[in-house]
Amino acid sequence: MSGGLYSTSSNEFDKTLDLTKIKPYGDTMNDGKTQVSFTLPVAKGEEAIEAAKQMMKKMGFEDVQVVFVQELMEGFTFFNCYGSSIHTVDFTSIVVPKVESTTMDMHETDDFIKEHIGREVVVVGASTGTDAHTVGIDAIMNMKGFAGHYGLERYEMIEALNMGSQVPNEEFIAKAIEMKADVLLVSQTVTQKDVHIQNLVELVEMLEAEGLRDKVILICGGPRLSHELAKELGYDAGFGMNKYADDVASYLAQELDRRINQ
Amino acid sequence: MQRSKLGLDFDKVNYAKGVSRKIADNVQEFVDSYTTVSVERTLCRLLGIDGVDNNEVPLPNVVVDEIKDKGVLNQGVMYFLGNAIIEAGLNPQQAAEKIAAGELDITQLPSHSVEEAHKALKPYINECIDKIKARKAKRDNYIETIGEGPKPYLYVIVATGNIYEDVVQAEAAARQGADIIAVIRTTGQSLLDYVPYGATTEGFGGTVATQENFRIMRTHLDKIGEEEGKYIRLCNYCSGLCMPEIAAMGALEGLDVMLNDALYGILFRDINMQRTLVDQYFSRVLNGFAGVIINTGEDNYLTTADAFDEAHTVLASDFINEQLAVIADLPEEQMGLGHAFEMEPGLENGFLYELAQAQMTREIFPKAPLKYMPPTKFMTGNIFKGNVQDALFNQISIWTGQGIQLLGMLTEAIHTPFMSDRYLSLENAKYIFNNMKNIGDEVEFKEGGLIRTRAQKILADSIELLEKIEKEGMFTALEKGIFADIKRPINGGKGLDGVVEKGSNYFNPFVALMKKN
Repeated sequence: MSGGLYSTSSNEFDKTLDLTKIKPYGDTMNDGKTQVSFTLPVAKGEEAIEAAKQMMKKMGFEDVQVVFVQELMEGFTFFNCYGSSIHTVDFTSIVVPKVESTTMDMHETDDFIKEHIGREVVVVGASTGTDAHTVGIDAIMNMKGFAGHYGLERYEMIEALNMGSQVPNEEFIAKAIEMKADVLLVSQTVTQKDVHIQNLVELVEMLEAEGLRDKVILICGGPRLSHELAKELGYDAGFGMNKYADDVASYLAQELDRRINQ
Repeated sequence: MQRSKLGLDFDKVNYAKGVSRKIADNVQEFVDSYTTVSVERTLCRLLGIDGVDNNEVPLPNVVVDEIKDKGVLNQGVMYFLGNAIIEAGLNPQQAAEKIAAGELDITQLPSHSVEEAHKALKPYINECIDKIKARKAKRDNYIETIGEGPKPYLYVIVATGNIYEDVVQAEAAARQGADIIAVIRTTGQSLLDYVPYGATTEGFGGTVATQENFRIMRTHLDKIGEEEGKYIRLCNYCSGLCMPEIAAMGALEGLDVMLNDALYGILFRDINMQRTLVDQYFSRVLNGFAGVIINTGEDNYLTTADAFDEAHTVLASDFINEQLAVIADLPEEQMGLGHAFEMEPGLENGFLYELAQAQMTREIFPKAPLKYMPPTKFMTGNIFKGNVQDALFNQISIWTGQGIQLLGMLTEAIHTPFMSDRYLSLENAKYIFNNMKNIGDEVEFKEGGLIRTRAQKILADSIELLEKIEKEGMFTALEKGIFADIKRPINGGKGLDGVVEKGSNYFNPFVALMKKN
């Protein structure tokens, strides 16, 4: 075991928490400890390790340790590294746009809809474009739901249609008109080469052309989507990882109430 | 008499296989009377038709679209191509080129008998059969001379979108010990009603399956295999609207493993059931003849349905898929029937239930190189836990003697694998497979315990389900949403307009030539 972890030399820093200058935390406030792994396209050797160290320094780490080195094939070497970040972030100045709604459970949402809207809310969902993944839209819409959160199909006051995967935007809009949808739910899982962005933008443009954009609540979701990105693309809300049917249902009920009654 | 570690009653197993055979026979009765555009394009390919026209349309599509437009698809391409040899002296490739150039109306040539047309085509048919046999012999020879890795085969995917980049990723994986390289197809290819042509460098979430891409990867894997002293298998996807065409391309280019499951297409790609069951039969005949291991897609049911509650549907589907393969004369040793490690990780004793399922599947299909799928649904982005989930999955596989281990990636649910992800995954599996090598020979399961009870229950439940399917017929059962909670109408879905009942001049001699029985 070499210096690094057990060395005292790098421990001479202010150990009080200052939210205007936060750093990664290992086991001591402001130690900046971070683990990083990556592959470099060079053969394994002393030079490769030195290259990894320099890479870490350029990424803003000091007290760099390269703890594991493995050649993956000729000309490619994998590294596990540790370092102390020299950078800080001002936590007090951070502003993140969030979906403005209170998350309720299924029964609360059903009651809310009964009381404030007084009829079933029509939700049409699909994984659109070439995206073949149904996992996202199924997790939100299917009766069974996901991880203990029932899907929209189980809600008494929601009429939910899950169109499945690889639904062209044209078909999606046609179905929305046919069903007089209040809410459109678009799931995008594949994000390679930003194919999801093109597809999401195309849907907004088509809805605008049809004069429908303001008549529906337009929501997108997927593991690589955020509310901020959704707003930027012209959606009313976006739901990313760790969001469930409850979050989506609560939002759409409250947003519809706001649009109808306020 | 086979001994069961789970106390399974093999009379019940045989009964289940009998019921499944009736279900499969019923499907086959339909299949025998129909052909599809993709089956016909496959015949074009087998007769040597290749290339594209000026608009990049593959020539097999040009030929088949032509006879379809003329309303005579039901007579089949063989008949017309045979006529073209007799009447115009054109071999199938020349005939296709003339049709593409608008210089030949193949349906208007003076017609000859089926026997005469068949005779004229014989040299092309034989050439194709010999080519596929030679390809198979090449694989067999490699396995005999340089050998292969032990089972479970380590299966990893590459998915860069660029075949030349895939080659680099595949080489890294093979050098680290992978036995099977699967080139994931580009998103949406399963719904294309043609197979793109040539080497490709653009794809979303995967690489386009083309014959040239197959050739590039196979050639490279042969080279690495020779250097590493181990044959490396190549896997692709013989599913979707071009199922039998991909089988033909794979047979000609020496692919070793093919995803091949109509049920998957029906349920998850909304492909019409009539279309894809007809396509599947011919594709399985081809795969069987070419020595290609098929993989079935039962694991996918568990991405929508619950793995604990719906475990019996996986087994029932394996039973049916086995019989559909038997009818196509696909040897048991090539039946990579699918199942998966997909129970919710928070489930108490989940490992024991997974173990019961895997051991049960092993005992019920003793010769099949079972395809065991890793956890995907409950992979979270916590890569550290993901590596542990994959470790549990690997333990069950070595314990129960699975055939094909589709390695889990700790970065599942985040991105297509990095080169280093594959390394970590292979290291995980190799460590466990070596460290626990003979555990299955050493450990017995307690009588009346959780594991035996669970396996017996799953078998009983699946028999009940099979009886229900047999009574209603496969098509009706699918309409009612019996698998994966998904309902599909018999006249719905994609590709139905490419299905026709066979006419009086229809013939497909390849089926008889490729089937042993």
